[in-house]
Amino acid sequence: MRDLSYFRASSVDAARQAAALPGAMLLAGGTTLIDLAKCGVAEPETLVDIAHLKGLDSIEVDERGATIGALARMSHVADHADIKSRFPAVSEALWQAASAQIRNMATIGGNLMQRTRCPYFRDPANFPACNKREPGSGCSAIGGVTRGHAVLGTSEACIAMYPGDLAVALVAFDAIVHLGERQIPVDDFFLLPGTTPDREHAIEPGEMITAIEIPGSAAARRSTYLKIRDRQSYEFAAASAAVGIEFEPDGRTIRDLCVALGGVATKPWRARTVEDALKGKALEPETVRSASLLAVEGAVDHGANHYKIELAPRVVARAILKLGETA
Amino acid sequence: MTKTTIPVHLDINGHHHDLQLEPRVTLLDALRDRLGLTGTKKGCDHGQCGACTVHIDGERVLACLTLAAQVEGRTVTTIEGLAREGEMHPVQAAFLEHDAFQCGYCTPGQIMSAVACIREGHAGSDDEIREYMAGNLCRCGAYPHIVAAIRQAALEVAS
Repeated sequence: MRDLSYFRASSVDAARQAAALPGAMLLAGGTTLIDLAKCGVAEPETLVDIAHLKGLDSIEVDERGATIGALARMSHVADHADIKSRFPAVSEALWQAASAQIRNMATIGGNLMQRTRCPYFRDPANFPACNKREPGSGCSAIGGVTRGHAVLGTSEACIAMYPGDLAVALVAFDAIVHLGERQIPVDDFFLLPGTTPDREHAIEPGEMITAIEIPGSAAARRSTYLKIRDRQSYEFAAASAAVGIEFEPDGRTIRDLCVALGGVATKPWRARTVEDALKGKALEPETVRSASLLAVEGAVDHGANHYKIELAPRVVARAILKLGETA
Repeated sequence: MTKTTIPVHLDINGHHHDLQLEPRVTLLDALRDRLGLTGTKKGCDHGQCGACTVHIDGERVLACLTLAAQVEGRTVTTIEGLAREGEMHPVQAAFLEHDAFQCGYCTPGQIMSAVACIREGHAGSDDEIREYMAGNLCRCGAYPHIVAAIRQAALEVAS
């Protein structure tokens, strides 16, 4: 890690001003940023520590929804009784992410700013070409080892996978990112790589995530996060699904359905075609399995990641059917 | 070139330490290289192995991904601070009794993580222990004995 200066911000405004200066970056839990600084990927000249700011770690839940302060830590949100009961998929996505230690450190705001785990992105010494790190330098992943790379939302410039879990649940339930005064739907907060994979978030210099808002709904209340991975714990998703469902009073006709995928795309991936295909239909295994195939419409593999195109629809179907069992 | 240093006050195992550190120094390096507290181990140094697990304000975290400067104003407990008046912590004693290690390098991190795992209420079954201890890798593969030690220590702490 190269030499840097450290500034502990005393207010949100002070943090935003300091972080807007060239070479400055916000530091909260540090689980991504300190790691990437050691990799030589992030090269902050100044770290603006916001972890100590007061009043940004609250978790408030009522009938309308949940508002989670940007500095609330993953473990605290995962264990919150009202998050567990009203947003099970959010709690499950959190406790299936990372390790207990990292969940105690990492904040909700920082979680949204998590970077890809693409091994080429993380290794500038051995792989100088990376359009995400150095725009225009090329992509070392294309033609390389691609088992963990995205099959949806890719471009000729970048196939790096979005690795997080929480944001998959947030995208499924139409959460809103609060950047102080400005609010932006979480689906719009994450950007497709296109020709500018270096730009991952719709956040401007001088802005800071202050809270995440998740609207309450019947589908969010009956929801789950299913994560399939190479090892059972402490591993990124091979494919995952956040699913929420609301039934008609008959208990089997689908009134509302929310579906998002993780582990397969360049950003948290909402699967509206699956939702639209199943709304109004009775929950039958064959119907669900066939509709779930729509989740990977347009998917493009790069060899070793082909399995994700088969796996993701099965994960979606299993998650939907699992929720049906509790009807 | 002289590197810029800043004063950092650390509260480790109930003792106060006044240090001058480069801001980029991690808590892990400050513990090991400046304070001689080498019980906290450096494994991967990237938050993937858990060998550097310590407690900050009573919660388990990774010292390798924490800057020392971030910890000012918080209390840190390391493996050296676990014993009380010469008596091993029940988790330490259970690791000995169950032979829950081979080379021992991951052991301080395992024990710090296990103490927190029990305190969090996540040691209710073998499966739960495995899930909530997943952040601590053991290359010797002592996992079955580690789970047994934590299961026993959880019962002792509860009684």
